[in-house]
Amino acid sequence: MSIEIKGVHQAFHGKVVLDNLNLTIEPNKIYGLLGRNGAGKSTLLNIISDRVPARSGAVTMDGQSVHENNAALGNLYLMSEVNLYPPRNKVDQLFKKTANFYGGFDTAYAHRLAGEFGLDLNARFGKLSTGYRSIFKLIIALCVPVDYVFLDEPVLGLDANHRDLFYQELLSAYGERPRTFVISTHLIEEVANLIEHVFVLDDHRIIINGDVSDVLAKAYAISGPQADVDRYTAGLNIIGADHLAGIAVTYVYGTLDNSRPIPDTVQVANQDLQKLFINLTNTTKEVSTNVN
Amino acid sequence: MQFNFNSTEPIYLQVADQIEEAIFTQTFAEGEQIPSTTEISKEFHINPATVLKGMNILVDANLIEKRRGVGMFVIAGAQARIVEKRRDQFYNDYVKKLVTEAQKLHITQKELSELIERGFSAS
Repeated sequence: MSIEIKGVHQAFHGKVVLDNLNLTIEPNKIYGLLGRNGAGKSTLLNIISDRVPARSGAVTMDGQSVHENNAALGNLYLMSEVNLYPPRNKVDQLFKKTANFYGGFDTAYAHRLAGEFGLDLNARFGKLSTGYRSIFKLIIALCVPVDYVFLDEPVLGLDANHRDLFYQELLSAYGERPRTFVISTHLIEEVANLIEHVFVLDDHRIIINGDVSDVLAKAYAISGPQADVDRYTAGLNIIGADHLAGIAVTYVYGTLDNSRPIPDTVQVANQDLQKLFINLTNTTKEVSTNVN
Repeated sequence: MQFNFNSTEPIYLQVADQIEEAIFTQTFAEGEQIPSTTEISKEFHINPATVLKGMNILVDANLIEKRRGVGMFVIAGAQARIVEKRRDQFYNDYVKKLVTEAQKLHITQKELSELIERGFSAS
């Protein structure tokens, strides 16, 4: 019972967009899909949901290919930036159309959410602001009776209050009926605690695939006088550094050398997910090959 | 209940610490139900699996128990157990750090004892 992405390769006009990706998406888990602009996140989500075909490789749900497989595609939903809805349709009409397509669509919940977000059911889709288009699509994503929900930039244009409300509703919906959510977002701090597992896509490859707490347990920030920090971190997997006068912070991803005593002047703390992401995906880095 | 999350300690440990603190201060009294995984998850935007991992630490420490179909409750005697545990950790958590810092500041053992006495008379 999972979605398997095996050897998925994609290229446009000779440029590699996804380089031989292998991933497993398990049931009832909340995932974060992180990556810089152009890393290939949307392409990956479009391939998983069979909106675009992959050059090679396969996506399967419970062992069956999702390609032109209505049973599998009816069990997943991709909310994306693309606006596939007729602009003249009213919000409530679109809820009804969705309900006709996905039997079991929770219309009562959709109306309640529309009320909470202040989305006018009689507004025409084409007249909605960017924020409210996102809200409309989020409501559908939370109300469709599928086991796999993919959210591509779900909070685009939402103000802080609406983002807060969305995260709350997402966890509430998840608590009531566990299902898989894959959230692709640039607002890493906002989802860092919400997700259980993280994928980081960088330079068209997956560079991190792990439980958030396991990943962060290996992400250190070591600070103190430059010379002491350098001596302590020599030979470790250094992914970045900050300097302020004589004080240095060196960022390490991986295991520390337990045989080395930590000097009194040096402090070892952990990086948060956003800092780790920035360090690992900075284009100026020279150590990208060290990522394991 | 007051959760104050920082970003560098694992969240599940912080969940365990915060609930333990609430039991210690009797915000969650013995025999009472504590908020559910979903409630904490929703309120603080934390993955329910993470919240559960934190709660399981407290279950293992015999501080809370699961009652099937109802929720998590504070076990009788939990507060006393926390006090006992914190007394055990007092030397490592406070005394060692106090002495290290005092030495950095060239505060003598005698001066430190005097400061501790002053602390007692002030409180």
